Amino acid sequence: MNIIDEIEQEQMAEIEAKRKLPVFSPGDTIRVNVRVTEGTRTRVQAYEGVCIARKGGGLNESFTVRKISYGEGVERVFPMFSPIIDSVDVIRRGKVRRAKLYYLRDRRGKSARIVEATNVRAKRLKDAERAAAVAAKAAAVKK
Amino acid sequence: MRSGVIAQKVGMTRVYTEGGEQIPVTVLRLENCQVVSHRTEDKNGYTAIQLGVGVAKVKNTPKAMRGHFAVAKVEPKRKVAEFRVTADNLIDIGAEITADHFVNGQYVDVVGTSIGKGFAGAMKRHNFGGLRASHGVSVSHRSHGSTGQCQDPGKVFKGKKMAGHMGATRVTTQNLKVVKTDVARGLILVKGAVPGSKGGWILVSDAIKKSLPDDVPMPGSFRKNGSSETSVASGKGAE
Repeated sequence: MNIIDEIEQEQMAEIEAKRKLPVFSPGDTIRVNVRVTEGTRTRVQAYEGVCIARKGGGLNESFTVRKISYGEGVERVFPMFSPIIDSVDVIRRGKVRRAKLYYLRDRRGKSARIVEATNVRAKRLKDAERAAAVAAKAAAVKK
Repeated sequence: MRSGVIAQKVGMTRVYTEGGEQIPVTVLRLENCQVVSHRTEDKNGYTAIQLGVGVAKVKNTPKAMRGHFAVAKVEPKRKVAEFRVTADNLIDIGAEITADHFVNGQYVDVVGTSIGKGFAGAMKRHNFGGLRASHGVSVSHRSHGSTGQCQDPGKVFKGKKMAGHMGATRVTTQNLKVVKTDVARGLILVKGAVPGSKGGWILVSDAIKKSLPDDVPMPGSFRKNGSSETSVASGKGAE
């Protein structure tokens, strides 16, 4: 493995040890919990919207989340391995036929909706997530 | 004045800080960076350290250089360069300089050979604006335009910016910050871009326009010939 890859893998491992993001893809409605530092105090702020793109790979991967805030479209790009991301919750899995949902930018209201995915994969991911949450809770209780 | 080091450019990546900031870094690698020879006041008229880096095949090393390396009792090197130092900062011949020669947060100047661009026009080479896209301009949209006056000087002045060979020259970038060093792998991570292509030789030295931090090793951080552990020769922060 070359040195650049090594350095990137190390950084990824370091961040993944702290937090692991769930599996999500474009079309999913997600809540990104962002760490915000104000002066000396840090708190967690949620940013909820539709993931419309994932791009890049490895340490350089990022995803775009779009939401409508007070009638105005807002998009925010998060690097996958940014330390400011506390966690990501998947709220709803969407059924889409494209990797990049930039067409949502031109749409408003009813036509900008995404149908919920009810296929086997979405169900499996949901179940796995629920199982993980239960396991985490059990571990917390044991402590 | 301390010695610098010869490093090899590996490539660029990014590093995240605790606060979530991303820092673009260039990775530089030290590979067997050893002191090959000294230049002294009474013998050469100036004081400097000659460093060699990399591993060269003996069959590809000229006989004269083989002799030169044999005197210093070091393996043949791929690249040799000198760094001017003050007399008290000379490092023993054969010592291998390690990556913690530079401390985190200090500023360095780097010298590299820029990527060659070949024969480039005035727009690319000197940032000229070119001619207009319309209004009667034909064929010469990217030309430099006029190069002078009329019969009075009757010539084009020397040094006129025109098309020509661009790149593949020695370029110095000053005041780059050292983000991280890794002694085990011999890596120095420097913030920002460094001139030259991947695999190119880079001369890294302390920034001349920034004051040196107090905790840099003087005369440097190096391994003694043959021994494996790092020894910082003199007290840290010595003059």
